[in-house]
Amino acid sequence: MSNDASIQGGRLRRAPGAQSIGRVLRALGVQPRLAVILIPYVWLVLFFMIPFLIVLKISFAELAIAQPPYSPLLVCADPEISSTWLCFVEGKISVHLSTKSYVGIVSEYGKPFYDTLYVRAYWNSVVTAFFSTILCLLIGYPMAYGIARSSSTVRNLLMMMIILPFWTSFLIRIYAWMGLLKDSGVINNALIWLGVIDSPLSMMNTQFAVYVGIVYSYLPFMILPLYANLEKMDLTLLEAAADLGCKPLKAFFVITVPLSLPGIVAGSMLVFIPAVGEYVIPELLGGSNTVMIGRELVNVFYQNRDWPAACALAIAVLILLVVPITLYQYYQNKEAEAGK
Amino acid sequence: MAAETPAHYHTNTPWNEPGAEPYIRVENVTKKFGDFVAVNDVSLNVYRGELFSLLGGSGCGKTTLLRMLAGFEEPTSGKIYIDGVDMAGIPPYARPTNMMFQSYALFPHMTVEANVSFGLKQDKVPSAEINNRVRQILDMVQLTQFAKRKPHQLSGGQRQRVALARALVKAPKLLLLDEPLGALDKKLREATQFEIMNIQDKLGITFMVVTHDQEEAMTLSTRIGVMNQGQIVQIGTPQEIYEYPNTKQVADFIGSVNLFEGRIVEDESDHVLIDSPEAGGRIYVDHGISSAPGAKVWAALRPEKIQLVKGDRGEPYNCIKGTVKGIAYMGNLSVYLIALDSGKEVKVTMPNQVRAAEQMIGWDDRVTLTWHANSPVILLS
Amino acid sequence: MSKRLSWFIILVLILGYFFLYGPIVSLIFFSFNASKLVTVWGGFSTKWYGELIGDDQVITAFLLSLRIALISSTIATILGTIAGYVLARFGLFRGRTVLSGMVTAPLVMPEVITGLSMLLLFVQMQQLFGWPTRGSLTITIAHITFTMSYIAVVMQSRFSTLDISLVEAAQDLGARPLKVFFVITLPIVAPAIVSGFLLGFTISIDDLVITSFTSGPGANTLPMVIFSKVRLGLNPEINALASLIIAVVATGVVASTIYMAQAEKRRQRDMQMAVQANE
Repeated sequence: MSNDASIQGGRLRRAPGAQSIGRVLRALGVQPRLAVILIPYVWLVLFFMIPFLIVLKISFAELAIAQPPYSPLLVCADPEISSTWLCFVEGKISVHLSTKSYVGIVSEYGKPFYDTLYVRAYWNSVVTAFFSTILCLLIGYPMAYGIARSSSTVRNLLMMMIILPFWTSFLIRIYAWMGLLKDSGVINNALIWLGVIDSPLSMMNTQFAVYVGIVYSYLPFMILPLYANLEKMDLTLLEAAADLGCKPLKAFFVITVPLSLPGIVAGSMLVFIPAVGEYVIPELLGGSNTVMIGRELVNVFYQNRDWPAACALAIAVLILLVVPITLYQYYQNKEAEAGK
Repeated sequence: MAAETPAHYHTNTPWNEPGAEPYIRVENVTKKFGDFVAVNDVSLNVYRGELFSLLGGSGCGKTTLLRMLAGFEEPTSGKIYIDGVDMAGIPPYARPTNMMFQSYALFPHMTVEANVSFGLKQDKVPSAEINNRVRQILDMVQLTQFAKRKPHQLSGGQRQRVALARALVKAPKLLLLDEPLGALDKKLREATQFEIMNIQDKLGITFMVVTHDQEEAMTLSTRIGVMNQGQIVQIGTPQEIYEYPNTKQVADFIGSVNLFEGRIVEDESDHVLIDSPEAGGRIYVDHGISSAPGAKVWAALRPEKIQLVKGDRGEPYNCIKGTVKGIAYMGNLSVYLIALDSGKEVKVTMPNQVRAAEQMIGWDDRVTLTWHANSPVILLS
Repeated sequence: MSKRLSWFIILVLILGYFFLYGPIVSLIFFSFNASKLVTVWGGFSTKWYGELIGDDQVITAFLLSLRIALISSTIATILGTIAGYVLARFGLFRGRTVLSGMVTAPLVMPEVITGLSMLLLFVQMQQLFGWPTRGSLTITIAHITFTMSYIAVVMQSRFSTLDISLVEAAQDLGARPLKVFFVITLPIVAPAIVSGFLLGFTISIDDLVITSFTSGPGANTLPMVIFSKVRLGLNPEINALASLIIAVVATGVVASTIYMAQAEKRRQRDMQMAVQANE
């Protein structure tokens, strides 16, 4: 062992009495690491996973005159037994799953399955989300490109201006369009004053207004990932392309666009996914004419008080969104790996 | 780049003393990551006050070995002892080692002073003593005037010295340095090399350096462990490694070398004669190696140990002929690429004792290559 | 580095920003309209601001929203930071995929579904345990759950770009893991925590759909009040309120942008000086 005083290797002796949280936990038989994992885990299981399972459960129940208004899934054969648990022990329990609510989505009296209210609402939601995404991309890509290629001072200012509306209230931004699109709104007043039209165009409560609202609200979500992608692009690639004889416009389509594909996918999904389930925009701008699934879900739940039907609709929307969500996750993971 | 004598050539060579107790003992250590064997059955003794370098290419396992000494990785099998204490299960914060990270890992939110005193505070050293020791060490690395600065306000060389000071201030039993000069430019590297050696001499702390740079290892180290594919292939002083590599691999990795394949013709106690068709002649070496006659061997010859003479000369041994195929002028010396008559290419370096314009040997000249009988090293593998 | 942009890009940028800011400018403009008909100019007036301040319903709702946003984003920041740390730094453990899925799912889940599922949970809990009563508590729980996802994603990416050798260096110098977390890791990621908190706060104070689902009698947040008023048509008071919100947000965003730009400039200058001093 060392007898050289200048080398102080005393750290092997652990300080006595220094009680750390870790040791307390270990004394209780809990690994500190496990405890840390469990905190968010328990919360999310309790308030995200279980609610989702409840939705799934209720979607297989039937509408019933009860409080809450749906039939139980576990039915006891012996009405004498009050406790579900006792019934289970006695072996008299049966599971009663109903697909009635799911069938209800595609069946409506006197209509083919593709023309029921809910199928139309689904279809309209997907189409609206799809074209809104395309519109956002068409507007957002050149904007993101322009911002990314500006000088650094201008760039920061322009990006701040993209992010700023996001920090203000979503609801207020939709409300702003109500004032613009109304029959006696700013746009109509201006056009009549200019003499372009004689009588007001009806823009409120139309599909057009819904498009405007969605594109307006979600445009920043398209621009942000596109900008992040375009900004870090290596510009010497374009110089190399030019050096090899490629014209700028062609270089844009064969170099810039393919390289920004992850940004395009991320931005598109960030617009498409929430737009499918959008409630506020069709409610405020779309009027009663636009049927979209988010709205129908709320109506079924609150007006019809048909909980099983609302839950079945919710599950159906999620199934519909599995493909774009998976696509989004896939590209995100790929980006994350490429980043490392 | 010849084998220079390290500036602080150590007079004591504990590894040669029979009774000397090693300070760091690595015994049959293996580390696997899944199926990948990063470190393969490595054993190693390091003595107190040494500056030991682990030298190897990327992925050779040198960093993993260093991290096992620091406690960031546990060996899959094998034992590590520091000053006689088994390190198994001892977490990094309780080990008598400190590390200087390749990226320096200076805490960006703390001043130089706070960075350096961090380790002492963890040990609950009285604050008067902390102040004292921090002042001393900052003085030693000449950073006293930068004590209040944050890392981003320092240049690369200054950051490197903060990292060194931070690791040194705890006076660890073993200081681990991961590519300590890697991020510095060439001029700064040279200055810092000597600084590190001076500090090491002054404090007498045992250093273990990981590097891929052979020049760095040569200049700094008392001994070098050459690693390849998770194993230590040779341990020795810089001279031993350079002058007496034990395999073709080591010979090739350290400096540059010409290898001539051949067969043993004579193997006496005072000389060996090798017949090498590749060299186009016979190679005479002035010491025996005790091998089977007819065994396949390689004669390794460093480029600077060969003399070039213009024209064809005839000697029975250690004399081969070729044509100059290329000359690279490096300033202080020139590298000649010679195509032997056998077709093999040989590299020769010669100091430029006269000005380049007056060079005697030119392209496509016929030349004869000769060397002293003690220059070649015979390698069996 | 930047080349001249084509006229097409510049045109799109101008139109794009006009599209983004036109409605907001018009909204603010008409908040100073004396006429009750919001879009018909009837002279300059600040009377709607006065009415707004006197509107108890709005003030109460605002205070409730503020309280919920502060509490929920504080708790969500703690939970989200832990979740982000676990996902970024704990390597592979059993159940990691599930955790990662549960963290990201609320981000892509349509709000109506999140809201519905939370409501059904609270109904179920109420049935089983008689707790919690729907109101500000249930709103807060719902907000914590979905804002922590955003924060966890922010923190995960911050933690995974954190130089691991900083943590190792601290351990090597004798600090125990818990201490390393509080003395090294947390201070370094503090800016990300602050922006995570602000993000959570904004999302919480702005949320309508999930809030409406999980709210109970008497618990009306500001977006709920705005929504119920706006549904009935334009309302000059809402213009005034909107203008105030925009003014506050814009001041905050502009100030923080300037602050960050200056901090960055200072940093650049420091680094430059350090390099020059060395030569």
